[in-house]
Amino acid sequence: MVAPLVLGVLVLVVWHLVVVAFAVPAFLLPTPLAIAQQFVAQFPVILSTAAVTGGNALVGLIAGFLIGLVLAVLAASSRLIAELTTPVVLAASAIPIVALAPVFTIMFGSTTEIARQLVVTVVVIVPVFVSSARGLRAVAPVHGDLMTSLAATPWQRARFVRLPGAVPYVMTGLRLAAPAAVIASVVAEYFGGLQNGLGSRITSAAANTAYARAWAFVVASIVLGLLFHLGGTLVERLVTRGRPA
Amino acid sequence: MSELASAKSARSAVELDGVDKRFGDVQALSGIELTLDDGEFVSLIGPSGCGKSTLLRVVADLEQPTAGTVQVGGKPARQARLDQDYGIAFQQSGLLEWRTVAENVELPLHVHGVGKAERRARAAELLELVGLADFAGSRPAQLSGGMQQRVAIARALAPQPKLLLMDEPFGALDEMTRERMQAELLRIARESGAAVLFVTHSIPEAVVLSDRVVVMTPRPGRITEIVDGRRPGRDAAELEPDDVEDVRETAAFFAAVTAVREALRKGHQ
Repeated sequence: MVAPLVLGVLVLVVWHLVVVAFAVPAFLLPTPLAIAQQFVAQFPVILSTAAVTGGNALVGLIAGFLIGLVLAVLAASSRLIAELTTPVVLAASAIPIVALAPVFTIMFGSTTEIARQLVVTVVVIVPVFVSSARGLRAVAPVHGDLMTSLAATPWQRARFVRLPGAVPYVMTGLRLAAPAAVIASVVAEYFGGLQNGLGSRITSAAANTAYARAWAFVVASIVLGLLFHLGGTLVERLVTRGRPA
Repeated sequence: MSELASAKSARSAVELDGVDKRFGDVQALSGIELTLDDGEFVSLIGPSGCGKSTLLRVVADLEQPTAGTVQVGGKPARQARLDQDYGIAFQQSGLLEWRTVAENVELPLHVHGVGKAERRARAAELLELVGLADFAGSRPAQLSGGMQQRVAIARALAPQPKLLLMDEPFGALDEMTRERMQAELLRIARESGAAVLFVTHSIPEAVVLSDRVVVMTPRPGRITEIVDGRRPGRDAAELEPDDVEDVRETAAFFAAVTAVREALRKGHQ
């Protein structure tokens, strides 16, 4: 617990000394102190913009999670649906979100959050689908035999074994998707639309040569990503508690 | 079929007649003839690949025989499975880790639509029987291997089956736990009145538990000999679980162990 903190402080000190000693220009790298000052000065703005970016990430995360989960359940229940959905979802994973963001912005207009939430949704669907689909397929042979010996119907197999057995996999998908949702939400703001989120503040600060301020918003994005990661991990722990790791 | 034969088959817990099982080119079972009486404890023993587990799975209707007939309690095996006439325990306990111990025991009843209150009562009764009443609300992961296996046995007994099928249920347990579980199983089998078909690798285990030990040999899997098990001259109903320890030290026990060992060796030549 202490070692990473010591390392972090050391990095900051070396960073500061290097920037001062070699007179590194601010557009290349501001000092950590200047970034911290901007962080404090901009704190009210950081809070309101982080709420917008975080809100978009959360809406997209929930929507993408539900869609990914439903698709995985459908794919697990029918070979036909599996063969139809799996390539589509995997193709979706190859879509760079930078390609989607401007298109969605034009489609839904630059005065709504829908485009950004949709970008997040697409990004979240993939890990949730892949992980859930794997969990739904992973039935232990002994459980399969047991349900056969009990003359269980296909629906009972799903209800008693397949669905509850997949929960840890579904939660792993959620945990992986949570920080990715923040990244998608921030990056989606780089392509126009409302100037009310962390991503748009980063671009406008950089465009105005306010480099320390841009970095302060970058730091805020990192913190937001960490919060989502922690939230995802917490939900995973809560839902899978009582199970062997 | 004569009247006498049909009356007999109605009484048998299991009746296997000319059972063959092929997996591709491998003859897993060949010409199996075996009858278990009600309440009888029969072990299947033999080296790996002799088809003892396959035979158990055929009785459980988890595998279909290539030839021959399988009757369980006078019904075809498939009907017996659909009617929940047997309970089964595997080498792995196969507990559902997201359910509590009591909910695991209730599973067969849950699948068959028994009401919640009745399920609860039956699970409590069974956990009492296997000595785990205090763990009803625990998760399987909190239990030792031996305790998990006892939960699995309680689950197998939940639908009050006339037949208990056990595929090396104590195979993964240490020797001390194993001997204690054997005594427990004898007591449970007697109290429930179920016939037991028990697959094992262990000669002493087969002898100490069984009325009859069925010795099998591989390639093709077949029955070579049937040895009378524990307690010659004693009735199953008279045997107290504590006596199992004494049985292990009797001359009759050693004689039966020797007989099984020789039968296994003969089959190997």
